[in-house]
Amino acid sequence: MFETAIIAGAKIVLTLITLLTLVVLTVYTERRVSAFVQDRVGPNRVGPKGLLQAVADVVKLLMKEDIVPKNANKPIHDLAPMISIGVAMSTFAVIPIGSTMTLFGRQIDMMIADVNIGILYILALTSMGVYGITLAGWSSNNKYSLLGGLRSSAQLISYELSMGVSIIGVLLISGSLELDEIVGKQAATLWGGIPAWNVFLQPVAFVTFVVAAFAETNRLPFDLPEAEPELVGGYHTEYSGLKFGLFMLSEYVNMIVASAIIVTLFLGGYAFPWGEQFGLSGNSLAVAEVLTFCVKTGLVMFFIIMIRWTLPRFRYDQLMRLGWKVMLPIALANLVVTASILALMNWA
Amino acid sequence: MSQNGKMIRKEDLSFWQRIYIPEILKGLRLTFMALFRRKITIQYPEKRFTPPDSFRGRPVLVEENGVERCVACGLCSRVCPALAIEVQANETALEKERYPEKFEINMVRCIFCGFCEEVCPEEAIIMSKEYELVFESQEEAVFGKDKLLVPIEKVRDRLEFLHKHR
Ligand code: SF4
Ligand code: SF4
Repeated sequence: MFETAIIAGAKIVLTLITLLTLVVLTVYTERRVSAFVQDRVGPNRVGPKGLLQAVADVVKLLMKEDIVPKNANKPIHDLAPMISIGVAMSTFAVIPIGSTMTLFGRQIDMMIADVNIGILYILALTSMGVYGITLAGWSSNNKYSLLGGLRSSAQLISYELSMGVSIIGVLLISGSLELDEIVGKQAATLWGGIPAWNVFLQPVAFVTFVVAAFAETNRLPFDLPEAEPELVGGYHTEYSGLKFGLFMLSEYVNMIVASAIIVTLFLGGYAFPWGEQFGLSGNSLAVAEVLTFCVKTGLVMFFIIMIRWTLPRFRYDQLMRLGWKVMLPIALANLVVTASILALMNWA
Repeated sequence: MSQNGKMIRKEDLSFWQRIYIPEILKGLRLTFMALFRRKITIQYPEKRFTPPDSFRGRPVLVEENGVERCVACGLCSRVCPALAIEVQANETALEKERYPEKFEINMVRCIFCGFCEEVCPEEAIIMSKEYELVFESQEEAVFGKDKLLVPIEKVRDRLEFLHKHR
């Protein structure tokens, strides 16, 4: 019992450190990529190639004064960023980044919590995340913040449905709610040698899920809650210093988590299909798996960043129409078709 | 939204355009190609921008054979939209008979429009290529004759440019 606790603790600390480092790298990548898209060079002064720019930003945020508006609801104003970051970080707990590793004669699962309802946990937590934003918007006592918060909750309700429904398609195919098993199912190969990733089995669900993930993480083209030109800064207009930093942090953690979920559910997760061909087993296989996972997640994140610098922001009514009139029917149709095909196959 | 001058409405979009995803991919291809385009940023303090002859930097007075060309007609100060120029004329024994006793341009007011250069009958005030102007106070920003006078050799480029294109 005690040992399990220590192992879990070590994993949590390790994950937190990795996540924070990754956020720093992501911010840097985002700024560089955006600069490159716009024919600029981007940050290149702090540290080698500007790699320490994000660190400098963090230091700057730490030294800023923390301003709370006079009529704000102080406790909630303080609480909101904590909810945001807490939820964002804890989502990562159930994502498997590899199968098992043997360390000191002990088998260690490469995820923090092996929950057998992993997907439900993720869905529940991501919808918790909106509380952070909505409360931030409400407690700031500022119309722009409030509008941002309201938009965020409306957006989340609209897209959570299609997200959930598109996940059901994946669940039907894998027959399990456990992320580990979903990944395991995808490790096989289909006829013709392509891996049995859920993108190929469930392309429609993939598209709807990715779109919903963009909406849930408030990334462009769905970043209406913070739409700078209309809402100043949206829900974090009245935040400064470290608390603003926490919102930024949770935004990027959310992005990392979303990419990790997309990889796990649709892109084969950590599965390394050629383990036997290369003669990998045990720990070396685990390392290969973690690397596969990292590379895939990195690519998805790059995609998300590129989308941000490619598409303009949606209008609010367009967002709602897309959510309710397009995404939801498509996701539902996909679910019905998948279920019927599976039923036919079982029956035949 | 118009393409080739023709209005396209939402109903005119083709099926593939309405599906939206191929269009997103097109956009992504564009931005992805943009990643490898040449960057136009100049790493400023280390590398500097060499302006072309048509560049309008700070206005300077042309100094020929040790004296300014200016005859203190006051046209530049009259035309200056920012009211930045102040000229005070006086007599001189030279052939031009008049010279500016005091010639001041307030560089905080100057908007680099180049009207002064255009209006000057003597080609005495011209726009240089200098663009690095730093002051620590309002007083410092008022450039007198000491700062404005520049030997003609240094502004040959601009003079030739003016002769060719005016
Ligand atoms: S450049 Fe324009 S604003 Fe500046 S001194 Fe000449 S006329 Fe005035
Ligand atoms: S227009 Fe030319 S000549 Fe006349 S005052 Fe100005 S600089 Fe001197």
